[in-house]
Amino acid sequence: MRSPLARFLVRRIVTAVLLALGITLVTFVLTNLVPGDPVAANLGQRALGDPGIVAQWRADHGLDRPLPQQYLLHLEGLLHGDLGTSQQSHRPVLDDLSEAVPATLELAGAAILVSLILGVGFGVIAALRRDRISDHVLRVLSLIGISVPTFWLALVAFYVFFFRLQITPGSGRIDPGMTPPPQVTGLLTVDALLSGRWDVLSSAVGHLAAPALVLALYTIGLLTRFTRSAVLEVLGQDYVRAARAKGLPGRVVLFRYVLRPALVPIITVAGLAFGSLLSGTVLVEAVFAWPGVGQYAYKSATTLDLPAVMGVGLVVGVVYLVINLVVDVLYGVIDPRVRVS
Amino acid sequence: MKRAGLFARTRVSRLPQAWRRPLAIVGTVVALIWIVVALAAPVLAPHDPLAQELPRLAPPGPGHWLGTDQLGRDILSRIMYGARVSIPLTLLLVALSVVIGGLLGACAGYFGRWVDETIMRLADLVFAFPTVILAMVVAAALGASLGNAVLAVLVVAWPAYARVTRGLVLGVREREFVLSGRLLGFSAWRSLRVDVLPNVTGPVLVLATLDIGTALLLLSGLSFLGLGAKPPSPEWGAMVAGGVEVFDSWWVATFPGLAILTVVLAFNFLGDTLRDALDPRTARAIKERAL
Repeated sequence: MRSPLARFLVRRIVTAVLLALGITLVTFVLTNLVPGDPVAANLGQRALGDPGIVAQWRADHGLDRPLPQQYLLHLEGLLHGDLGTSQQSHRPVLDDLSEAVPATLELAGAAILVSLILGVGFGVIAALRRDRISDHVLRVLSLIGISVPTFWLALVAFYVFFFRLQITPGSGRIDPGMTPPPQVTGLLTVDALLSGRWDVLSSAVGHLAAPALVLALYTIGLLTRFTRSAVLEVLGQDYVRAARAKGLPGRVVLFRYVLRPALVPIITVAGLAFGSLLSGTVLVEAVFAWPGVGQYAYKSATTLDLPAVMGVGLVVGVVYLVINLVVDVLYGVIDPRVRVS
Repeated sequence: MKRAGLFARTRVSRLPQAWRRPLAIVGTVVALIWIVVALAAPVLAPHDPLAQELPRLAPPGPGHWLGTDQLGRDILSRIMYGARVSIPLTLLLVALSVVIGGLLGACAGYFGRWVDETIMRLADLVFAFPTVILAMVVAAALGASLGNAVLAVLVVAWPAYARVTRGLVLGVREREFVLSGRLLGFSAWRSLRVDVLPNVTGPVLVLATLDIGTALLLLSGLSFLGLGAKPPSPEWGAMVAGGVEVFDSWWVATFPGLAILTVVLAFNFLGDTLRDALDPRTARAIKERAL
């Protein structure tokens, strides 16, 4: 592998695979930390009284083997898509999650889109108008954005816009009476668009608006702050001053000379912001009854349904890992220096 | 190193100016008010935070300024007592993260090799999860209680300090005054304590102030999920969760949420001010290493 980019990619992918293994180890160790006995949780009262049945059950589930062997069994199960069975829905966790993932991707995707547009836009404005009124206003607003408890804001937004003003539709992804479009991507807005169902599209966008905006507020604040400092840093560079001095129009300087180098730190933060969006879904979906991973996590956490909680941890951890891998690769493509370091 | 020198100088000359800005004043005043409320809650609170009286779900008005909840408990009094739960726990949490993360990071940076590898790969593993998700997983595994929620937040919070401290320690480790200390026969621990750590504390403190808000949001979020404080504890996140059940009585959830918001905002204002007050280059270094 002579190309530095290829070497960089391979190194990143190997790291990601190791981290994915680490994630499985974390959830495995945490599951085994639990004081509760899995046998008691799964067998009935009468079966528990019979030592033969208990021993048989433990042997069937590999619980009589040493922990490292149990971990390998657990890994093997994971590779076959076995995330365990939810104690609450009595269905395989993988089935539950595969239904919930598209809903969350739609919500988080909409939120990151809004955050990137507004966050980067506000950040650039604040940097260009440094120390003027608009900079100060944006600074306070972005600080408020990162200080609001998401779960509380979701509740307030639901109360004000749905319950009082009745501007937004209620909970769920589309109006209750509506038949969903044929499933292609699982994202209702995209599927509605593909099948030409305009009524579903407008309903889906309406339902998406409030939770996506609530979720986006934190990331907008985060991105505004980082974009501002990234752009300020570039604005102070000599080559920007030189570009200005030779009379290039402001727009050219901004887009060609300032935004491209500023984009590198912004992309890193966007990756992190996606992590906080995934965190936020747990707190927002429950309030808006959005049938995604977040609501599933909320239900599993409140009922201490451990296999389901661990499944969420595992899946979200891996999704986040993939996003970070993509961000790292983008980073290497934009900034050649990263590949060699 | 220049950074340490600059750091010392700017702190003296710039601090007063930065602290005269409106954000700093608002942040300080609000934080002080909350600390007073937390300390004096038994004197200030008009009612017993746990007493269940009629009327239930009374809207804000005379007698119950912020209304009562579904069990007829006075919300204002519960918020005041809640400050005694949330604020000290959050401060303790951040202090512990600074100490644990700082020590681990300092060891990683100072000793290098396998110590560095082990600690930093562990930190990477924590960073591989979105924070609320990992905290939720840990809290669920340990069992729902406020203590376990604190532990869960601690698990996700220490690595940021480890990274920052490690980076700063790497910066000073090879400098002459550290090397000459070692040549004079300082033990590794003494050199770390006497020569290295004092050069690292300033930037770490900035990060810690900015982190107080994040920690409170995370802790109250876990309580909201039912993984933290147990009823009838007047913890703010749990109080907001209680408001979900009685949706049209808006005051039940709104006021505890505002309490969280104002505390987080105050500490974020303070953290921002502190960062600006210090050497901008140090601030930049913190930001880069925290990522």
